[in-house]
Amino acid sequence: MSKTILTIDDSPSIRQMVAMTLAAEGHQVIEAGNGSEGYAKASTNTVHAVVVDLNMPVMNGIEFIRKYRQHPSSKGVPIVLLTTESDEALKREARAAGATGWMVKPFNPTQLVSVIKKVTG
Amino acid sequence: MTRVDPAETFRQEAQELLEQLETTLLDLEQAPADRELVDAAFRALHTIKGSGAMFGFTAVAEFVHGFETAFDRVRKSGQPISADLVTLALQARDHVDGLINDPDADTAGGARILTALDAIAPQEGGASDASVAEPVSTAAADGVAGRWRVRFKLPADALAMGTNPLLRLDELAEIGPATISALTDDIPLLDELDPECCYIGWEVVIEATDPQAAIEDVFLFQGDDLDLEVSRIDEPAGEAAAVPGDAPEEKAAPRSEVVTATSAPAAKAALLRVPAERLDALMDQVGELVIAQTRLSELTADGAPPALQGIAEELERLIGGLRDTSMGIRMVPIGSLFGRFRRLVSDLSRSLGKEIEFVTSGEETELDKTVIERLADPLVHLIRNAVDHGLENPDARVAAGKPAAGTVRLAAIYSGAEVTVTLTDDGAGLNAARIRQKAEENGIISPDAEMRDEEIYPLIFAPGFSTAAEVTELSGRGVGMDVVKQTIEALRGTIDLTSEPGRGTTITLRLPLTLAIIDGMLVRVGDGRYSIPMAAVEECVELPASAVDRRGRDFLNIRGQIVPFLRLRELFRAEGETSDFQKVVVVSAGDARVGLAVDQILGNHQVVIKQLSRLHSGLNSFSGATILGDGSVSLILNVAQLIGMGAMKRTPAGIEEREAA
Repeated sequence: MSKTILTIDDSPSIRQMVAMTLAAEGHQVIEAGNGSEGYAKASTNTVHAVVVDLNMPVMNGIEFIRKYRQHPSSKGVPIVLLTTESDEALKREARAAGATGWMVKPFNPTQLVSVIKKVTG
Repeated sequence: MTRVDPAETFRQEAQELLEQLETTLLDLEQAPADRELVDAAFRALHTIKGSGAMFGFTAVAEFVHGFETAFDRVRKSGQPISADLVTLALQARDHVDGLINDPDADTAGGARILTALDAIAPQEGGASDASVAEPVSTAAADGVAGRWRVRFKLPADALAMGTNPLLRLDELAEIGPATISALTDDIPLLDELDPECCYIGWEVVIEATDPQAAIEDVFLFQGDDLDLEVSRIDEPAGEAAAVPGDAPEEKAAPRSEVVTATSAPAAKAALLRVPAERLDALMDQVGELVIAQTRLSELTADGAPPALQGIAEELERLIGGLRDTSMGIRMVPIGSLFGRFRRLVSDLSRSLGKEIEFVTSGEETELDKTVIERLADPLVHLIRNAVDHGLENPDARVAAGKPAAGTVRLAAIYSGAEVTVTLTDDGAGLNAARIRQKAEENGIISPDAEMRDEEIYPLIFAPGFSTAAEVTELSGRGVGMDVVKQTIEALRGTIDLTSEPGRGTTITLRLPLTLAIIDGMLVRVGDGRYSIPMAAVEECVELPASAVDRRGRDFLNIRGQIVPFLRLRELFRAEGETSDFQKVVVVSAGDARVGLAVDQILGNHQVVIKQLSRLHSGLNSFSGATILGDGSVSLILNVAQLIGMGAMKRTPAGIEEREAA
């Protein structure tokens, strides 16, 4: 089923990669370059899942998650962090903020597709 | 979609980032303590690393990783950036620039820069994470499929956080054949329940070879907040191979403990002989317990503190389980009974000079031992009848083109809350004309009654009908079919009969699984409360206002079918207030249906059946009594008997059908 997925990353190449991969699966992809922009898009669109980077200017991934989880529309929306970090303490922090999943860069398209499937069904 | 190659996008992006980095580093030279600038530099490196690795710029990613690691130490140390560090960082930046355009460029130079960076950056305890790969635990494989138990409970806020437990279950089920049951112990009372919280845990039994890594993969994201237990629950012996067949049946099992405790390895448990009286005593006590629990539930139904209601519900559940287990202990395979008939048939065969093939099936079908005991005599009678009157002599059979040996089949099969026992012979079938003649002689029917054959056959069950035209040694000596019918009905069962001339006769017995405790529907008729066995209830409909006062028109049109109904108020001569909205409970036995008009339906309850005393044994309309929660007595309606009454109502009134049709 087609889903709307928001990808938030300061790296245009990563966003493009995510968008291409998910579009090929028939999903709609919305892009945002940082947490703040991401929040604006997440709170005004119906999104089924968010793929968000951790380190970003203006508003980083964890700040985004905290803010978005305050918004009622985030209820039940899986948020997957897509980052080079694999530090356990950071993961705990992200989970506490409300992240649903964690994916490590570099990723291959198949992984991303299976993760999105895993969280959205 | 026209998009450029992501690698090209990365090159452009990296170029911008490197320019940013350069500016930042130069700014840092001016303001060495500006944390914002340090963070910005770090972020730029981080993005180059992440994206670079994505698009195959491995050399870039590796170098930037070292660069970033050193820079991270600077960032975390909180110390100002030295001019030397900035110089080195700028060299590193240039190196990255070169690497992006030519991955093989000057690796030695890169290594030198990294070493220098590492030396100059403030030291910090503990190595940072060098690997970008997610650690995946690998479990030792033993190569043999086994049963694994996975119990997990998600954090309470998992649903709001976008974790869908059903998807996790689907993934687990993909690992191997899985039996899933919910762990519901932590579900709070309704008024304390937060609908957004996840209170349920799951237990999944998976059959698979070494599924640990796969199971952990499923829960990779959940981390420490997840309550996960994975354990192997069987020995990796060959016996496990016998298990898969029965696993799917357990799918709906509500309580996990039971499922695993009774799984295959325990199946070989030793049998235990227990005196029947002890089982009876146990059943009596469970019965009393059910009654006491019903009273408690009634008391706590409204107004009681939630905590007390919780306990009452818990008790109800536990006692329900105890009841089922206790009844299970009393179940005996019907095969024990079938065995006895083999001898009977062989004796009959010899004394009558008939060749008989006796075929049985469904021996493993279990019934309450009381039912089995009381079933013996009627079945003996029916088998004798089948062999004596049903099967023809070998000569007659051959003349009719049938095999010389007659076949008698006895089969038992579960159907819902009942067991169906069928006795089939391939004999001559019933002789409708002779039955009719006999019935007329005995005054059971009037000579001018118009009856179809199917209506004539059941007459052999009528009291005073002697089945044998010529009384032989074996059958027809007083124990008539009417006694058989009464015995079956006393077991709350029904008996049906079909016959085809020349082809044989089939007698179908439908018997309840147990006699001790049943689910009942409690209804009010006047001042009295009566119980109707739930297994017999088909549906409840409103008694149409038009039918309330019209006597002699006691038929309902239910979806185009004409169903006779009995007014229990009149039947029982009940007094006390009626209701403006009387209900009709439609009960069925076999194909026959009858409606029972009652004043009010009170609900369903556990009926612990008490036999009526001998003083009341003449009351055909009731099959027993039960004690209600408030201590009062409720009579249990004899559905088979009432259906018979409804059917009689119907036969003479052929007009009704035509009018309503």
